[in-house]
Parts: sequence; C-alpha cells; structure tokens
Amino acid sequence: MTTGTEQITAAEIETAEAGQNESFEGVQADTDKHTDATEHHHGPAKGISRWFFTTNHKDIGSMYLWFSLVMFMVGGCMALMVRTELFQPGLQFIQPDFFNQMTTMHGLIMVFGAVMPAFVGLANWMIPMMVGAPDMALPRLNNWSFWILPFAFSIMLMTLFMEGGGPNFGWTFYAPLSTTFAPPSVTYFIFAVHMMGISSIMGAINVIVTILNMRAPGMDMMKLPLFVWTWLITAFLLILVMPILAGVVTMMLMDIHFGTSFFNAAGGGDPVLFQHIFWFFGHPEVYIMILPAFGIVSEIIPTFARKKLFGYSSMVYATSSIAFLSFIVWAHHMFTVGMPLAGELFFMFATMLIAVPTGVKVFNWVATMFRGSMTFETPMLFALAFVVLFSIGGFSGLMLAIAPADFQYHDTYFVVAHFHYVLVPGSIFSIMAAAYYWLPKWTGNYYDEKMGKIHFWLSFIGINITFFPMHFVGLAGMPRRVPDYALQFADFNAVSTVGAFLFGFSQLLFIYNVVCCIRKKNQASKQVWEGAYGLEWTLPSPAPYHSFTKPPKVD
Amino acid sequence: MDSQTQEYQEYYVPTQSYFPIVASVSLFCLAFGAASVLTAVENTGDMGMIMLFTGFILLFFVIISWFTKVAAESRDGLYSAQMDVSFRWGMGWFISSEVMFFAAFFGALFYIRVFSVPWLGGEGDKGVSNMLWEGFVSQWPLMTTPDPSLFKGPAQVVDPWHIPLLNTILLISSSLTLTLSHKALKLNNRTWTSIWLAVTVVLGAVFLYYQVLEYHEAYTELGLTLSAGVYGSTFFILTGFHGLHVTIGTIMLLCILVRVLEGEFTGKKHFAFEAVAWYWHFVDVVWVGLFIFVYIL
Amino acid sequence: MTMKLLYSAKNILSFTQLKLFMLLLFAIPSAHADWQLNMREGVTEISRTIYSLHMTIFWVCVVIAAVVFGIMLYSVIYHRKSRGAKVHHFHENIYVEIAWTVIPMVILIGMAVPATGTLKKMYDQSDSEIHIQVTGYQWKWRYQYLEQEVDFFSSLATPLAQINNLEPKTENYLLEVDNPLVLPIGKKVRFLITSNDVIHSWWVPDFAVKKDAIPGFINESWAIPEEIGIYRGQCAELCGKDHGFMPIVVEVKSQVDYEAWLAGQKLAQIETAKSAEKRWTLDELMVTGKEVYTKSCAACHQASGEGIPGVFPALKGSSIVQGDPSEHISIVLSGKSGTAMQAFSDQLSAVELAAVITYERNAWGDALGDIISPSQIAKMKQ
Ligand code: HEA
Ligand code: HEA
Ligand code: HEC
Ligand code: CUA
Ligand SMILES: [Cu+2]
Repeated sequence: MTTGTEQITAAEIETAEAGQNESFEGVQADTDKHTDATEHHHGPAKGISRWFFTTNHKDIGSMYLWFSLVMFMVGGCMALMVRTELFQPGLQFIQPDFFNQMTTMHGLIMVFGAVMPAFVGLANWMIPMMVGAPDMALPRLNNWSFWILPFAFSIMLMTLFMEGGGPNFGWTFYAPLSTTFAPPSVTYFIFAVHMMGISSIMGAINVIVTILNMRAPGMDMMKLPLFVWTWLITAFLLILVMPILAGVVTMMLMDIHFGTSFFNAAGGGDPVLFQHIFWFFGHPEVYIMILPAFGIVSEIIPTFARKKLFGYSSMVYATSSIAFLSFIVWAHHMFTVGMPLAGELFFMFATMLIAVPTGVKVFNWVATMFRGSMTFETPMLFALAFVVLFSIGGFSGLMLAIAPADFQYHDTYFVVAHFHYVLVPGSIFSIMAAAYYWLPKWTGNYYDEKMGKIHFWLSFIGINITFFPMHFVGLAGMPRRVPDYALQFADFNAVSTVGAFLFGFSQLLFIYNVVCCIRKKNQASKQVWEGAYGLEWTLPSPAPYHSFTKPPKVD
Repeated sequence: MDSQTQEYQEYYVPTQSYFPIVASVSLFCLAFGAASVLTAVENTGDMGMIMLFTGFILLFFVIISWFTKVAAESRDGLYSAQMDVSFRWGMGWFISSEVMFFAAFFGALFYIRVFSVPWLGGEGDKGVSNMLWEGFVSQWPLMTTPDPSLFKGPAQVVDPWHIPLLNTILLISSSLTLTLSHKALKLNNRTWTSIWLAVTVVLGAVFLYYQVLEYHEAYTELGLTLSAGVYGSTFFILTGFHGLHVTIGTIMLLCILVRVLEGEFTGKKHFAFEAVAWYWHFVDVVWVGLFIFVYIL
Repeated sequence: MTMKLLYSAKNILSFTQLKLFMLLLFAIPSAHADWQLNMREGVTEISRTIYSLHMTIFWVCVVIAAVVFGIMLYSVIYHRKSRGAKVHHFHENIYVEIAWTVIPMVILIGMAVPATGTLKKMYDQSDSEIHIQVTGYQWKWRYQYLEQEVDFFSSLATPLAQINNLEPKTENYLLEVDNPLVLPIGKKVRFLITSNDVIHSWWVPDFAVKKDAIPGFINESWAIPEEIGIYRGQCAELCGKDHGFMPIVVEVKSQVDYEAWLAGQKLAQIETAKSAEKRWTLDELMVTGKEVYTKSCAACHQASGEGIPGVFPALKGSSIVQGDPSEHISIVLSGKSGTAMQAFSDQLSAVELAAVITYERNAWGDALGDIISPSQIAKMKQ
C-alpha cells in the first residue's frame, strides 16, 4: 500500500493474525471450511432477482448503503441549491416557495433518507458478523424494511412535481402551516412518513432480536462490541418513538381531511400540542442519528490506537443514560413557544444533564488514544475529526440548552450551525469512517489510501468553511429558513456557499474510491487492520455470504 | 454450550422470497392511492381508487401467502427453538411499538384536558388567551368549543354506563375465554380449545357490533362527530384506532381458529396462537385505558 | 448569469479571505460595525444579562475544549506509532471516571443557577405600564395599543425591485417597515403576542424578546427599553412563503415624542375615516387599488392576478371576482377561515378596500367597469 506501515502487508498478515483476536480461538479454521462447503448452495442468486428477493443480510445491507448514498446526493444537491440562493442577498435563482421546499426536503431526505438508512445498512452488514450469527434474525422482514424505503421516498420526491409543490413547511412540519395552510401534496407526505415509520420499526425489531437472541455462545452482553451496544439502544429508541411520529402525522391527516381540531384552538386543540408530540419523537430521533456513530468511533479508535477501549462499561452506561435522558428533554426545541416557567426550567436542567454522559464518552475516547500507538489511516482521521467537531457541536448544543440564551439563539443560523456540526462531521463522518474501515472486509479489497486521505482533508476543510461562519451570522441575528437576508450577513454567507460546494464535490472522490475498491483487485487480508479486534476480523475478506454458519466460540 | 451449538447449525435462513417486495409495492399503492383519493387532485381521482384497490388486493395476497408459507415452514419443522424465541421477541417488540402509537393519542388527550382547554378558558399560566375567545369556559367534556361557528360542540356525550360498560365486559371476558382456550391447547384438548376460541371470536364481533352502534348513535343522535371540536377528535381517534385493532385481532383469531380446526398446533408448539393472544390482551388493556380516560373521567 | 457569479465570487473572495484570516487570528467576538460576529448586548437589562450568560457559557466551553482537545492533540503528536510509541495497556480507572462525571456536573450546576434566575425575571410580567397586542399575519405584524385607540399594521417596506436585484440594495435592506412600532423609553411594556393564521415568532434581538405567536393563544413577554433608537428584528418562525420578508422595527422615543406620535396616530385615523365620504372616480380607485394590491395581495395572488396553482387561487378570471360584488366584498372583508385568505376589514381602510376590490374587478383585462364606493364599504364594515 501507498502509506507503508499503516496498512498490513501480506507478510505481516501471519504475525498479525496470530496476535490478534486470540479470544476467538479455533474459529477461523472452522468457518473457512464451512464457508467453502456451503458457498455454492447458499450463494447469491443470479441476476436482478437477487436484489429484489434477497433474504441475506449483506445484500440488504449493501442496498441500504447504496440507497443512502443516492439520497445523500439528492439531499446534498438540494442543500447546494439552498446555498446557491444564499450566496448573495436578493433573490437570484429560486423563488421563496421553492426555497422552502428545498430546505424542507433537504432536512427530511438527509435525516430519513441518508443518515438513518446508512446506519441500518451498517447494522445489517456488521451486527451478524460481530455477534457471530449466520444472518439477521428475521431475514424476510429485513428485506421488507428495506424495500419500503425506495417507494416511500419516491412518493416524497413526487410531491415536488405536484400542483402547489412539495412540503414547504420545514422538516419539523409545525401545524397549522402543515395542516390548514399546506399545499395539497401534504397528504402524500403524510403517507410517505407512515411508510418510513413502518420500515424503521421493522428494522429496529430485527436488530433487537438479532442481538438478544443470535449471539454466539459466550458472547455475553458485556462483551458485545460497542457498535452492537449502541445499535441495540438505538433500536429501542426507534421502536419507542417512530410510532409517535406515526401518531402525530395521523392527527394531521385527520385535521386536514376529517374535520378534527387537534391543532386548532377554535375547536379546543392547540398548535403547540403538535410540537410536543413531534419533539417527543424528534429529540430521540437526533440521538438515533448519533448513537450508532458513537459505536462506530468506539470501534475505530481502539483499532488504530492499538489499545483496548478505555472504560467499556462506562461507555455502555453512558449510552443508556443518553437514551433515557433523550425522552425527557424534548421541549428544549420549544423554549420560545410560551411554556410555563416550571416546564422551561425542567427541560433546561434535563438537557444540560446530557452533557455529562456525552462527556464521559468523549473523555473515554481521548483516554483510549492516550499512551496508545496510533496510526492515521482514513477511518482514524474521520474518527478523530468526529471527536473534535462533534464536541464543538455538542458545546453549541449546551449553549442552546441554556433557556434564557436560547431566546436569542432560537431559529437562527446558530442552531443550523449546531446541528450541522453534530450531523455532518458527526453522523456523516462516522458513516464515512465506517465505510472506509469495513470496506476491505466487505469487498475483499483495500481502497486507495491516498485518495481516502485527500477526501478526508477536503471534507474536513469544506465542512468547517461551510458551517463555522453560520455561528457568526446566527449570533448576529440571521433567522433560519429565509431565502434572502440583510446586507450585514452577506460575507459569511458567501463563504459558507463556497465551503458547501467544496465539501459537496469532494464526495465524488469517496464515490470513486468505493467503486474502485469494489472493482479493483487489491486483496485484503482477513485481519485488515493490525489493531482490529472482534469477530468480524476472523472471517475471510470478503466475508462469506452467510457469516457464521457455525457459531464461533467466544471466551 | 454444546446444545446451543447444535441449535445454531439448524438455523434456518429462508431462501429468496418475493413477499417483501410485493408487500412494499402494495404499501406504495395503498399510500399513493389513499392520498390521491383524499386530495382528489384532478384526473387522479379514478387512478387513486384503482391504486387503492390494487394495493388492497396485493396486501391481501401477500398476507395470505406469507403466513401460509410460515405455517408450512413451521409444520415442516424448519424452526428451531431458538427461532421460536426470535419470533417471540419480534412480536413482543411489535406490540410495544403499538403501545407507543396509542400513547401518542393518550398524550394528546391528556395535554388537551390538562393544558389547552383550561388555558383557552382563562385558567392557568396561559389564561390570557381567553381574551381571544370571549365567553368560552373551560369544561370537559367540551360541549361548547371556543368557536362554535367553526366547530359545533356535541349536544351530548356517550354515557359510559351503557354500551361502553357492556363492551368492557365483553372484551374482558373475551380475554378470559382466550386464556381458557390457551390452557386447553396446552393440555392438548382440542375440542375445548376450539370452543373457547370460537367464543372469543364471537365476543370480539359483538364488541364491534356495539361499537358501530355507538358511533351511529353518536353521529345521528348526540351530535358527537369528528368535527365536534376536540372532544370529538380525541374520542374518535382513540376509540377508532382501538376498534381497528379489535377488527384486526378478530380476523387473526378467526385465522387461528381455522388452523386449530385443521388440526394444527400442538400443546408445546403454537407460537402463532400465542402471538395472537398477546395481541388480543394488548387490545384489551388499551380498552381499559379508554374506558377510564375517554368515557368515565 | 455565470459571468455575474464569477465576478461577484472574485469580489467576495478577496474581501472575505482577508476577513477569514483575521477571524482565524482572533477567534474572539468583536463588535465590528458591518460584520458583527457576536450576539448583541442590546438595550435592556434582560438582554445584557443574557449576553453575559452567553459569554460565560461560551468561555466555559472554550476552556473545556482546550483541555480535552489539548490532551488529544498531545496523544496524536506523541503517541503515534511512527514515533515509536509503545502501547500502554490500561483501560479502566474508577477514580478518573468519577472525576470526569462529577466535575462537569459541578460546572453545569454553576451554569444552571444564574440561568434560572434570569429565566424567572423574564417571566415576571408584574408592574407593566403599557400593554400592546402583537398579532402575526401572513406576512405582516399588527400592533394594538390596548389602552389607546391605536391599531395598525406593519409590513415590509423594501421595494420588490431591490429584492429582485433590479435596484441597488439600501442600508436597511429587508429590515425596514412602513409603520414601525413606537415605544417610550424606560417604561415596562408588556407584549401580548398571538397570531391570526400560522405560527410566527416576534423577535427583537436588542430587547432579547423572542416569543412565538400561536394562533388562538396569547404569549406574554416584556421589555424596558433603555435607549432611544431604532431596533430591528425579524419573524423567527417559518410561516410560509414570505417568512423571510416580515421584519419588525421598533422605534424607542422619549416620552414627549411618544405622546406626540400617539396623538398624530389618532388624528390620522380620523382623516382616513373622512376620506371615505369623498366621491371617488374609477381612475382614482384604480390607482390607489393597484398600490394596495401590490402591497397587500400580490404576495399571494401575484401581481399578474394569476396566483400560484394549488396554493393561492387566481383572481384573474375567478368567478367570485367576476360575479356578484357582494360576495367578492365579503370574502375580502372577512376572509375565509381555515385558509390563508385573511380578513382585510381591519387591515385596510374603507377607501383602500374599495380601491382594491375595484382594481381586481377591472385589472387583468376582465374590465367589468364596476365601481365599489368607499362609503358602501364603510357601511358594510359596521
Ligand atoms: C445528531 C444530532 C444531534 C445531537 C447529538 C445533538 C446534541 C445536543 N443538542 Fe441538538 N439539535 C439537533 C441535533 C442534535 N443535537 C438538531 C437537528 C436540532 C435542530 C432541529 C430543528 O429545529 O430543525 C437541534 C437543536 C437543539 C436545540 C434547540 C435549539 C433551538 O431550536 O432553539 C437544543 C437546545 O437545547 C439542542 C441541544 C443539544 C444538546 C444539549 C446536545 C447534547 O447532546 C450535546 C452533548 C455534548 C457535549 C456537551 C460535548 C462533549 C462533552 C464534553 C466534552 C463534556 C464536558 C462538557 C461540559 C460540562 C460543557 N439541540
Ligand atoms: C444529516 C443531516 C444533514 C446533512 C448531512 C446536511 C448537510 C448539509 N446541509 Fe443541512 N440541514 C439538515 C440536515 C442535514 N444537512 C436539517 C435537518 C436541516 C433543517 C431543515 C429545516 O429547516 O427544515 C438543514 C438545513 C440546512 C440549511 C438551512 C436552510 C434554511 O434554514 O433555509 C442549510 C443552509 O446552508 C444547509 C446546508 C447543508 C449543506 C451545505 C450540507 C452539506 O454537507 C451537503 C453536502 C453533500 C452534497 C453536496 C452531496 C454529495 C455530493 C456529491 C455526490 C457530489 C456532486 C454532485 C453534484 C453537485 C451533481 N442545511
Ligand atoms: C396570505 C395569502 C393571501 C393574501 C395576502 C391575500 N389572499 Fe386572497 N386568497 C388567499 C387564498 C388561500 C384564497 C383561497 C381561499 C379558498 O380556499 O377559498 C384566497 C381567495 C381570494 C378570493 C376568492 C377567489 C376565488 O376565486 O376563490 C378573493 C377575491 C381574494 N382572495 C382577494 C384578495 C384580496 C383583495 C387581497 C388583498 C387585499 C388578498 N386576497 C390577499 C390568500 C391570500
Ligand atoms: Cu412570520 Cu415567519
Ligand atoms: Cu433536541
């Protein structure tokens, strides 16, 4: 490989494998034999039907990942349209109503179409391999979870071409803008959300069942890799909050078409009720988008620091506490909505509390690096950037949590800066890191390390140029979701736009690298990374179609 | 750990299956069709109905064939004990998600009763809002809405001690008969299994009959409609979704009854039976919540 | 288009590069006149308290960040394999874990205490001297002085030509209105904030007042402005198409000037009422009507009268506009509840209403020749 010591050369494989993963003794030989024996009658079907009818966790995982990449491009292009319009003050490219549709669709697609499916894809690929199972627990259901998504999103995207346009009420679709005052396509939007909900719930059930019931002998709960742990907790969050989202859109549907008045004061309802229910879903949702990321980073940092994760059990407890707290902080999105003082105080305190378990995680990662023996391959670079930039996003989150100050921050670009710092260099970087980290295991080939590094640095620089100035314009008073702005915000907005294009186009490198990695022969070893630890590294690269047909033994 | 290894090797990964994709297509048709019918966008009216109809047909077809296939696989002994556990967890978590679905509606009910209606009526922290609704007084059931010209309140609400009480008795006894049927099945007493199960189905159907009767009365006599302000909204969304679940539950019980009569299930292995039973008990528990919070209080 | 883009990109780049560089140098908030980086301190006690809370938490975060990232950077530099760093295997230490749970807790409690105090103050409405009802409309604000007979609407004053880049943009681009809210200095003013249609949010950064305007409910907030001046803010909750175009301008005047202004407002009201009695010709009405239409109706129904299909109906060729005048008048006066079509009887004077209705009935080539007279409207208004 290009970078010498950082990846394992063929000669090193022997020694590396001898040293690593010693607690899974005797597994490798077994699985190898077994795979050979089963490959031919359990291999993938030929042709397109393989993808439509598959029950295989790897096929489904791959489809999820590709789908997510496509959605990332679509949502990203929408963001670029938003940024283009915001390049200069004045209306130049798109009209305000279309701008609102772009903002809304960008948010929805990134959240439900890019980040969530990417994590489910990773879960599908990795969880069975990490717990030592042959496949996911409910394979047909698994395929259904996936195939709902393309249909749901095609409905969602079709709304853009309908009379009156697509959803233009923000990804948070507050009533009554999204009910009484919405374009007719909102009904399609509601049903699309229902479909996504079904998909997520089914996916989450599958993950939980796989983890609880399919672990290899000896794989106790407290031995689970952290990615598996964080996903288990994420799946619980999904099961508990996706139905709430379904409930709230159902109430919208009733208000729009059946004359009810849930969100209408004239009949005794309250528009703020919508927000309470939405955010009861919405806040756990943002942790759904970060907990698996925590898991990924907790896998990658130990590997490249060549050191066991510091504070494994405290990581598990911290994750659980974050998940628990996420249910009692929702109204921090509603500080200006006019809640009674007691509510305001309660939600402020609860929100601030989340910094404690999150801090524990950050400190554990740093302690893992401390006195390790680090190398900086692409996945590690992304993971390191994650730690720093996510924390910056977390700090601004903490500032938002101070209710009196939030009266000044709320609905400004400061909030936009906050959540892009936790979502883009947070969730998206973790997904990139995971992709680079496990690509050799998935494809059997190494990706191009040099290009990976260039991709990282361009992304890293692009992201900061895009989102850092948003803190400033936000504090200076620029509201979000506006297609045009006062002159004082012009300079920083121009900078942001330039950054956005830089970041956006850098992603082409990633796509190119992935495609080459699938195509080119650059045989990866079983161990792949010198410091990697875990069951997935005991399988050959590429991993066999059915992961562990015979259970490995874990001591 | 040896016994577990044993089970493990028998883990059955189903082969390729067309059910999921057909189910997805059916969902697409249902969603798109329903939305088209509701919005009645020009030119799509007919297409909407056609899609909706196609969706139902496909869904029906998939449900039947998917469950038939599962039943067949189960009969063929493809499912190990470990997989049985998988199914149990799966059903359990599915029901949890259903619980949360109802929680959203109960949450709405509580919020409206504790916060929004009193505020509009001039009580509590946001009582100034009453300035906008002069003359509106907070009360529950909400007989007069803040703006009666838009939402005419109900003339009367359902009396909990007639049909609802009867329905409570019906549902609770149906849970009981279902448990008796389950007990009988465990003892391999197929006759009593079928009898109690049939009784359960009948109780469910009678419940539904009364529910329809109640709705009919509400609409024709009480003036209690979906658009009768937020009392009607919460009343119908809660009882309506509950009724939908009873309908689904009854149909599932009926299917189980047919399978019992065809001689399926053994005293040891009858996961499908148990899953449906759990579902039925869940529906029952939701009803108790409804009876207390929607009808009585 | 491309040329223009390239040109401005060059301009902005050279300009901002410099600024970016400076920014990296001093990542400290500074109060440069035209490219402000930080929150405003504002002109009320609350706004200054909030500013200092903001700065405190900011510096707390900076310090924590410096420590955490510092240690991380140290490891990255010194504990790298290429430097020959050897792994030290340790992966549990109960004392550190307790420390880094307890210390952040303590810091957070330290933050929560002043925040709680501030919040309590913000919620204290007692002793308010002036009460103003603020109502959000798509897309303008209405101010009603509850003790006075003063009631007016306030909408964006920036001309469309500036927005569409046909004219150079002036200093207060998008932050200027026709009728600003006027307040006296040093009085506790209570705002009763609500909305007529969707949720808006009334935000004046210099007062640190931001409260959502919820249709059907009233939210309260207050401020004691301490300096004479003009303060600008914007609607801060997505409220549809023109959310970006509903600014708020507050003029704080001395008590004397304030009272003079109040008197002037009342006088003006009498004037407008009088003008309804005058006899108006079709041409006069058409001229006024076009102005009113552009200001109040074109946002939805578009200047061409063609509306936006699926959202706002076309008036051109509409059966209501071409039909019986009474129906046309009634929909404009009372709006249509449950739609974006709001009631205009309070927003526009009888003359303006008559003019705009006349205009609609005669513009866009459906010239009906009808004249709707202001006195007719004035009668219907009562
Ligand atoms: C991945 C997604 C994600 C994550 C992880 C977070 C994490 C957090 N968020 Fe964020 N948030 C969003 C996504 C996310 N958020 C989104 C999408 C929105 C906007 C939605 C919309 O309106 O469209 C939003 C909005 C939002 C608001 C509402 C703002 C407003 O609209 O006015 C608030 C307010 O409290 C908030 C707070 C927080 C806090 C306290 C955390 C905490 O979890 C952060 C904790 C982390 C740290 C604090 C850093 C590391 C800790 C240490 C190093 C320890 C020591 C630190 C201290 C003691 C200070 N967020
Ligand atoms: C995970 C979630 C996620 C992600 C990844 C992003 C990514 C980005 N977001 Fe956004 N964003 C949200 C979630 C996310 N966002 C949410 C929830 C909102 C709130 C919505 C609302 O207000 O309702 C929001 C709002 C939001 C706004 C505010 C809009 C407004 O208030 O009006 C802006 C403005 O700059 C913005 C910009 C960007 C940019 C430039 C990126 C970039 O990082 C994107 C870069 C990616 C690409 C560009 C795609 C990949 C590119 C290619 C494959 C290459 C080339 C292809 C071509 C160009 C042909 N986002
Ligand atoms: C915020 C948006 C908005 C503004 C501003 C607005 N309208 Fe409307 N208007 C609507 C909507 C929406 C409808 C359709 C109502 C319905 O569904 O029947 C409508 C309907 C109408 C109709 C009936 C047309 C028909 O064929 O149904 C007339 C006439 C009308 N508006 C006149 C006006 C006038 C005059 C003004 C300005 C003084 C104005 N509107 C300002 C949104 C607006
Ligand atoms: Cu009004 Cu935004
Ligand atoms: Cu949140």
